[in-house]
Amino acid sequence: MNLPTHAPHIHSPTHIGQIMNNVMLALIPATVLGFWLYGWPAINLWLVCVLAALATEALSLHLRGLTVRPTLLDGSAMLTAWLLALSLPPWAPWWIAVIGTIFAILVGKQVFGGLGQNVFNPAMIARVVLLISFPVEMTTWITPITLGSEQAPHFLEGLAITFGSSGTTFDAVTSASLLGHVKVELNRGVDLQAALTGYFIPHDAVWGWHSGSLGETSAVLLFLGGLVLIVKRIITWHIPVAMLIGVLLPAGLMHALNPSHYLGLVPHLLHGGLMLGAFFIATDPVTSPNTAIGQWIFGLGCGLLTYIIRTWGNYPEGVAFAVLIMNATTPVIDHYLRPRIYGRNHKGEALLP
Amino acid sequence: MQMIGVAILSLTLLGLALGFLLGTAAYYLKVEGNTLAAELEKLLPGSQCGQCGFPGCTAAAQALANGQAAVTLCPPGGRVLVETLAARLGVEVNLAQVKETIPIIAEVQEDLCIGCTRCFKVCPTDAILGAAKQIHVVFREACTGCNQCIAVCPTESLQLKPVPVTLQSWYWERPAMTV
Amino acid sequence: MKLFRLQGGIHPDTCKILSAEQPIRSLPLPNWLHIPLQQHIGASAKPVVKVGDRVYKGQVIAVSQGAVSASIHASTSGEIAAIGNYPAPHPSGLPIFTITLKPDGADRWLEQEVPDEPLTLSPEAIAMRVNAAGIVGLGGAAFPSAVKLNVSRRSQVQTLIINGSECEPYLTGDDRLMRERTSAVIQGIRLLRHAVGAQDVLVGIEDNKSQAITAMQFAAMGTEVQVIPIPTLYPMGSEKQLVKVLTGKEVPANGRLADISVLVHNVGTAYAVRQAIYLGRPLVTRVVTVSGGAVAKPSNLEVPIGTLVEELFRFCGGFRETPVRLLMGGPMMGIQLPNTQIPVVKGTSGVLAFTAQEITGNRISPCIRCASCLRACPIGLQPLEMVARIRAHDLNGAIRLGLKDCIACGSCSYVCPAHIPLVHYFNYAKGELAARERIKLKQEATRKLAEERMERLARLAREREAAAAARQAAKAAKEKQANVLAEAI
Repeated sequence: MNLPTHAPHIHSPTHIGQIMNNVMLALIPATVLGFWLYGWPAINLWLVCVLAALATEALSLHLRGLTVRPTLLDGSAMLTAWLLALSLPPWAPWWIAVIGTIFAILVGKQVFGGLGQNVFNPAMIARVVLLISFPVEMTTWITPITLGSEQAPHFLEGLAITFGSSGTTFDAVTSASLLGHVKVELNRGVDLQAALTGYFIPHDAVWGWHSGSLGETSAVLLFLGGLVLIVKRIITWHIPVAMLIGVLLPAGLMHALNPSHYLGLVPHLLHGGLMLGAFFIATDPVTSPNTAIGQWIFGLGCGLLTYIIRTWGNYPEGVAFAVLIMNATTPVIDHYLRPRIYGRNHKGEALLP
Repeated sequence: MQMIGVAILSLTLLGLALGFLLGTAAYYLKVEGNTLAAELEKLLPGSQCGQCGFPGCTAAAQALANGQAAVTLCPPGGRVLVETLAARLGVEVNLAQVKETIPIIAEVQEDLCIGCTRCFKVCPTDAILGAAKQIHVVFREACTGCNQCIAVCPTESLQLKPVPVTLQSWYWERPAMTV
Repeated sequence: MKLFRLQGGIHPDTCKILSAEQPIRSLPLPNWLHIPLQQHIGASAKPVVKVGDRVYKGQVIAVSQGAVSASIHASTSGEIAAIGNYPAPHPSGLPIFTITLKPDGADRWLEQEVPDEPLTLSPEAIAMRVNAAGIVGLGGAAFPSAVKLNVSRRSQVQTLIINGSECEPYLTGDDRLMRERTSAVIQGIRLLRHAVGAQDVLVGIEDNKSQAITAMQFAAMGTEVQVIPIPTLYPMGSEKQLVKVLTGKEVPANGRLADISVLVHNVGTAYAVRQAIYLGRPLVTRVVTVSGGAVAKPSNLEVPIGTLVEELFRFCGGFRETPVRLLMGGPMMGIQLPNTQIPVVKGTSGVLAFTAQEITGNRISPCIRCASCLRACPIGLQPLEMVARIRAHDLNGAIRLGLKDCIACGSCSYVCPAHIPLVHYFNYAKGELAARERIKLKQEATRKLAEERMERLARLAREREAAAAARQAAKAAKEKQANVLAEAI
């Protein structure tokens, strides 16, 4: 006789692949908008990331002596690549994508023991490594030229931008992202209001009409995607809400104290990677705490650090650094903040009758 | 010249002070020599079966304390003992590679037993009952499966068998690790 | 009434619709009955009949032994055909001591005297009759009911809670019992209250059983019994959860219900108590739900204890398709049966035959720490962390995280998107720890035996030496004497 199967004999219909697929579905609107805004080079970059991720994942699984197919198809490698692609400058060259993806999958995930074992968010690790190693390529942004418009590169030109030698130039308008622009101007001693004039147009910002990475485009679409994930119970609301509060609270306070030096709530919310970070990056279950209260602390920490780095740090954007720093605290948070066990007090001692 | 004098003086003083400290520590914080071996002996099964190759549990504990034996030395102790010994001695062991021993006990095949009494004379735990010219029986609860009786049985009537699983002792197997 | 909030819990598809509208039918007598001697927690019962004996229905065939045990009665009249080993309704399928009864078809009761006014019996007398009737908890745990009554009476329990939640999917036996035999159930509940002298009686019924709630509320009018609808949430039927939701109190860790002045009995148990005391009928039948996608006509049956599962399925029209898994109990905590040749026992709430679609198993993937298990755990444990410890052979680490508080409800395994068999790991770890404890006890015993033997051998050696010395001395003395004599001569 076969060994008996242990109860329960029924199971909820969810599985890992489904979770990953749902997250990717939630990313589609914002990604498609990004494709439209930045054209073929952005699509190429996304494809390079995904293919490189699948190849790297397959190779590592093979080297680890595991069956490649099922794990490869669970979507986790693709999601990592997707998130990385969203955090790159859309016209970045192909090798940025390849190096970043290999680093994310190999060093960010597989060397820790594969899915579920990594301490840090693989996509963010890769982004930070790229940012430090290739600062020029990682901070060259272009203003949106919508797909199909006259100025936009057509398919072949797109290939040339992504795969061409560094000498290839296309006639696009490069410009700093809002957060980068503000940082430079403030450092030059320019007043914030003057710096923002003509640079920050809230209506455009809502729909992502500004320079930035793919995932820094439409705050609204990312927010809606995040809401879907919360409604479908793929993620809980604690981390996103805490992270937004962590940025908006100090931002509101500092702006109220000195509006000519500190950015207001709206640019903080609509620019940079805050929405992507709050709903899709910081909520990565592997690297975030388990309990609701732990998630609050984690989210607040991510938000506060983001604000601090944006405002006083050397880099204009701080989401990736903030998330990585808080990732490191996750094991500690999980160790000290355990749920109370039935019949016991918070210290784990039995309740008195 | 003066510099050299200061250096010599300060180093001498430092040496003296630290030496005094070490001496005091050695005097007050002295560790009794044999406590480790005694403590280890308490962890061992204590049935003096000799399967480890040492004459008994005392000698095995001594060898463990001196680092002359591996924590995996005791077959009857199983993985649990390896774990406890490793924890006590601060040794790293990969428990996944330590084979879990199935508990075994001796059993008398009644048709072969001639009642020679040799087995119960060597049994370290008095687990075999019987008298001359009468069939012997193994008292399951006391048998440690130490193999000593098997060696002396002239008719191979004694054999080591796994302890039978009952409804009371059965439990779920460790789930297979498929990932 | 104010209800209290539970942590965790899950909402599996209940699938009760399959059998909820099927009235309880009596299963015709089978050709053979295999009645195991241990159908309860505690010591096995001791047979008091021999092969060939003729017995009446309800006659004791094995008596309880020890403080926690229950007697076993013949489920029908007939002849004792065999006493020996038979496969147990247990995941291992190992044999258990079983009495095999050949029914004579007459189904003749052993008549027993019944009190005129059951509620005037003393509490002690009720407990005694419950004990004599071999009644155990029919919710599934099968703990001897009289033991619970006695403990609760002595500790003057305030609140009696009756468990009508029936939270396991597919099972509808308690629901039917409350709907069809309402007044008998209420009578049983009042007897239980009287037996422990409780002030309040709360009947908790999950709100997906509206007809049972209405019927019970109607029948309980004018009595001290309060029928309370509670939210449908698995594992509401677990004692700890039910007590929490109704009273807000928590059973202390390692403690008992009596510590917080509560006693919980199942509705089925209340019904069995009523049958025993009003009619003098010991526990020889029980209501079993026969369901699952593979069963042709899902039903609720009143089944003689000892009937083979095969008979139940046959009576329900056999299988619609070949089942891929047979279960005894509910799908969340029930056990897999190796075949249909296993007897129904006192704790059998249902027998299920599942199709491949119903077992939504999947490949096990790595844990992504999504913490679904943590949110589903009704006890507040961290199943993912405990499994990580157990996988690393760190059982003590798992204990420190609360392994021993786990109620094995299976909620964590149910929700796990990686399909990790979490509760299987926990039951393995609990079993392994118990086995280690047994080995430790045995080692202590054998160590003592070895020491005694060493001492004995040393003593014998000393005695031999002493004897030898004595002989030597005697010989010397003799020689000396001889010498003296010789000299004298």
